[in-house]
Amino acid sequence: MKELIEKLSSKHELQEVVYQRDNLVFAAISKENAIEAVTYLRDYEDFTHLVMMSCVDWIEDGKFQLLYLLHNPKLKNDIGIKVYIDRENAEMVSAHHLWKSVWTYQREIKEFFGVDFPGSPRVDENFVVEGWDDIPFMRRDFDTHEYAEKTYFPRGNRKTNDPAEYMRKKLYPNQPVTAKQRKDDK
Amino acid sequence: MINKFLGFKPDEKLLPHKTVTADTEIDLSSHKYQKIWLGPNHPGVTGNMAVELTVQGNTIMRAKTHVGYLHRGFEKLIERRLFVQGFPTSIRMCVAEPDTNEYFIARSTEELSGYADAVPEYANWLRMLSLEMARLQGLLRGVPGQGGTFALGIGVQWGVYLRDLILDRFEELTGARVYHMFIIAGGVRGALPSGFKGRMEDNLRDIDDFIIRIKKLMFHNSVFKTRAKGLAVITPDMVDKFGIVGTNARCCGVKRDVRKDNPYLYYEKLDFDPPTATDGDVYSRTWIRWQELIQTVDLIRQIMAKMPEKGDIRCKMPNVLNWKIPKGETYVRLESGRGEMGMYYVTDGTDKPRRINLRGPSYTHAISVLEHMLIGQDVADVHAIMVSLQTCPPEIER
Repeated sequence: MKELIEKLSSKHELQEVVYQRDNLVFAAISKENAIEAVTYLRDYEDFTHLVMMSCVDWIEDGKFQLLYLLHNPKLKNDIGIKVYIDRENAEMVSAHHLWKSVWTYQREIKEFFGVDFPGSPRVDENFVVEGWDDIPFMRRDFDTHEYAEKTYFPRGNRKTNDPAEYMRKKLYPNQPVTAKQRKDDK
Repeated sequence: MINKFLGFKPDEKLLPHKTVTADTEIDLSSHKYQKIWLGPNHPGVTGNMAVELTVQGNTIMRAKTHVGYLHRGFEKLIERRLFVQGFPTSIRMCVAEPDTNEYFIARSTEELSGYADAVPEYANWLRMLSLEMARLQGLLRGVPGQGGTFALGIGVQWGVYLRDLILDRFEELTGARVYHMFIIAGGVRGALPSGFKGRMEDNLRDIDDFIIRIKKLMFHNSVFKTRAKGLAVITPDMVDKFGIVGTNARCCGVKRDVRKDNPYLYYEKLDFDPPTATDGDVYSRTWIRWQELIQTVDLIRQIMAKMPEKGDIRCKMPNVLNWKIPKGETYVRLESGRGEMGMYYVTDGTDKPRRINLRGPSYTHAISVLEHMLIGQDVADVHAIMVSLQTCPPEIER
């Protein structure tokens, strides 16, 4: 994998290179060079299988992280190409021309995170939720609890237990639980 | 000839298409086509999904997969929960083989927190046993289920009965029948009960008989052969283009199996060879799965023979309520009954995961592959094609 990273870094500037396992490496690359690097890996380095595309919301940095995870069926190893894009007006070049499965991932990421992929087939069609009018629900600033309280009529006399609190009592009954300790834990 | 003699030239646009491809132009206002919805409430559809079909007579011109009837936002919910609370939530993402998700979360958290090598040997053998039992109960439903799509319903009833016996063993081992929560971070929840191997062997003998009977029922049946042969062919060049994995890739000669390619647990110590075929049609896919049924029974026997009699079931782990995992990311995969499954797991140094993303085989099989393969097929074959691709909507919408 080291040879591959050296080869790739001679073409494009790589950041955050992490050898997670012998057969799995992650590397970040600029938005402009990402699709070129992915195409190079597919056509010249035998990373012919796109395992998945994913997105992570790093709200504190104002960035979305896109992941292109590629697998090399000959050498049986994987590389994760990461791309950081701005959260504001998030947009990325579409890769639907590279694999037939890409447009589904891009359609999902558009709906779940609001990252646009101009030109990707059916990218604006609803994927999982229909008629959604709030912010994309997988963003970190979307609060599922608040949404449920606001949208669904609360049932009266309903008791709820905090699962973490319940487990604490069950597993560690002798452990003193104070408000201060809970605050420190967080 | 008569038309030529009379000078009659029919308008080709009004006649049915002779060959149908994805490029065939469709004008819905011409009244030649009809839109029908298959599902979400249809006994032949594999779960809560719908296929929007544009048909001309019985021929499918276009197909669109619609999911979302089962979206419960599990990935989002897990982001707001402690690592240990992710287990009971994650397993609901895949009803067919929930044990795979337990393994993903356990393995990812162990790897990211430096406990990957600390899991005891006995626990790893038990993990492998529960994963193979999950595969077996899935195949007991899946193999006769393919016959069911061609009206061979009796096989399904045999399979469901035997699956229930495996669920009995699961109940004995884990305390639960469908969602087990057996594999946890650091090991497993319990040891093998006394007498388990004997009772499992009894069940496996029943399954051996079933394997022979189901072969006669399906593969010696002329209707099954006539309809399944040559139906919905996957070619080797489609495999990487569409991201096809597992038995759907092996049915056309592309030998992909995570247990062999990227061995995990102790699969290297087991003697097996994933079956392959060359035709790529529904018949080949069913044939491979039937062979996998034999192989899985054999693997369970091998595991029970090779595993140690006793040992530690888990290693010492941090207090799960205060467990913080350093910032990092990983991807863990395994071979499920339907093909490669995996999970992308991201941590940010807190006591909750930053992001998890499940990659199920159906994500490509049920959308891009199914939509591509249904074009030009007969409406009556849609269920058979869906079952042969083993589409499972919960793992698409999560």
